[in-house]
Amino acid sequence: MLKAHFKKRLPTFELEVDISLSHGILALVGPSGAGKTTILQCVAGLQTPSWGEINIHGKTVFSSEHNTDMPIRNRRLGYVFQDYALFPHMTVEKNVLYGKPKKRSTPDKALSVSNVLEMLKIGHLRNSYPNQISGGEKQRVALARALMTEPELLLLDEPLSALDRDTRSTLQRELMKLQAQWQIPFILVTHDVQEAEMLGSQIIKLDYGKQEVIRKLDKAESLHL
Amino acid sequence: MEFSYIPIILSLKVAFAAVIIVACSSIPMAGFMAKREFLGKDVVESVITLPLVLPPSVVGFMLLIVFGKNGPLGKLFEQWFDTRIVFTLAGAVIAAAVVSFPLMYQSVKAAIESVDPNLEKAARTLGAREGRVFFTITLPLALNGVVAGLVLAFARSLGEFGATLMIAGNIPGKTQTMPIAIYFANEAGNTRQASILVIIMTVFSFLVIYGLNRWSKGSRRKSRGGGA
Repeated sequence: MLKAHFKKRLPTFELEVDISLSHGILALVGPSGAGKTTILQCVAGLQTPSWGEINIHGKTVFSSEHNTDMPIRNRRLGYVFQDYALFPHMTVEKNVLYGKPKKRSTPDKALSVSNVLEMLKIGHLRNSYPNQISGGEKQRVALARALMTEPELLLLDEPLSALDRDTRSTLQRELMKLQAQWQIPFILVTHDVQEAEMLGSQIIKLDYGKQEVIRKLDKAESLHL
Repeated sequence: MEFSYIPIILSLKVAFAAVIIVACSSIPMAGFMAKREFLGKDVVESVITLPLVLPPSVVGFMLLIVFGKNGPLGKLFEQWFDTRIVFTLAGAVIAAAVVSFPLMYQSVKAAIESVDPNLEKAARTLGAREGRVFFTITLPLALNGVVAGLVLAFARSLGEFGATLMIAGNIPGKTQTMPIAIYFANEAGNTRQASILVIIMTVFSFLVIYGLNRWSKGSRRKSRGGGA
C-alpha cells in the first residue's frame, strides 16, 4: 500500500505527484525528462522531495511537515534499476543474497535463494558473474535480488527498455505473473505506452510536472488482468 | 671497504611502516573526499597533494618544525612515548608516510570516484548501511586503485631521501636508509657500497612498475572477459 503526495523542484519545472496504490501495477509513462525516475527515487529515498508526505504500508517514510525522512534501508522496498546495477564482483547467487534479511519477518514469505532463482528461471546461473550473462538474464537476477529483500513495494525503473522484443514480451508476462504471486504493489516506469497499457492496472501519464491518470481499475478488474 | 646490508633492512622497515600508516589514513580520507561536498574542499585537497610537488627539503623543514624537539607534535610524542622523533627511525617513517600519502590518496580516490554510484544506491535499497556499502561494494570495486596506490606508496617510501635526511639524519645502523647510504657512500668514495645499493634500488623499482603494469593489464582483461 502506497500513498504519496509530494512536490519536487527540478531544474526546469516542479514535479507534483499524487498517487495511491494498494494492489496491482502502477505504470508511470511519459517522455524522457518528465520526472518518472525522480518519482521512484523519491519514494525509495534516493532523492528527497521538496514538500509532501509518503506512506508505505501505513508507515510514514517521508513527511516535510513532521521532518521525517526514513533511511532507504528501513523503507522495505525493492528497486530494480534501469541498467540492473548488478554487483560485477559478485556471483549471481551472492548478488541475490545481498539484501536477504537476517531475520525473516513473516514465515510464509521465508524465501530460499533456490526458490527465487528457480522461480525466475536463473538457477543454472548461480555461479556466473554478471558480465557472463545476457541482458534478459541480468534483468531476472535484478528482480530476484529485489524480491529477496521481502519488499512491501517493488519499484521498477524502465526494467525492460534495454531488451530485445522477444525477451521483453516474455518478461512482461512474467512480471504480471510475479505481481499476482507476490501480492505487493509494483510501480513500473516506462516510456512505452503499449507496455504501460499491457501491464498497468493503473496508468499515470506524466508531462513535465503534470500528472494525468489515464486508467484506474478496481481490484477485481486488475486481478483479471 | 665492506658492504653493509643494514640500510636495506632499515629501508624495508621504514617503507612497510609508512605504507601501513598511509593505507589506514588515505583510504578513509579518499572515501570521504570522493563522496562529500563541503566548503573549502578544494583547499583541503590542495594541502593533501602538496607533498607531491614540494621539494623534499621543504617537506623536511616543515616536519622539523612540527615534530622537532619544540614542535607541537614532537613535544606530545616525547611526553607520551618518552622518545624523540628527530634523528630516529620514527622520523624516517613519518617523512616517508608524508611524501607517499598523496600518491596513495590520489590513486584510491580516482578509483572510488569511478565506481558506478548506482551500485552503491542499489546496495542501499537492499538494506545496507553506509559502512557495508563502502566495504562490500565501493572498496572491492576500487581494489585496482588501492593496490596500485599501495605499491606506489611503498616504492616512494623506499626511495625517500631529502625529507628523511632532514628529520632522521644519517646515522649508520639507525636511520641510514638505502638512498641516504648511497649518497654518503658516494661522498666517501665507497663506490662498491653505492653501486650495489643503486642496482638493488633500480631492479626493485623496475619490478614494481613492470609488475603493476602487468597486473593492471591482467585485471582489466579479467573484468572484461569474466570473473572478478
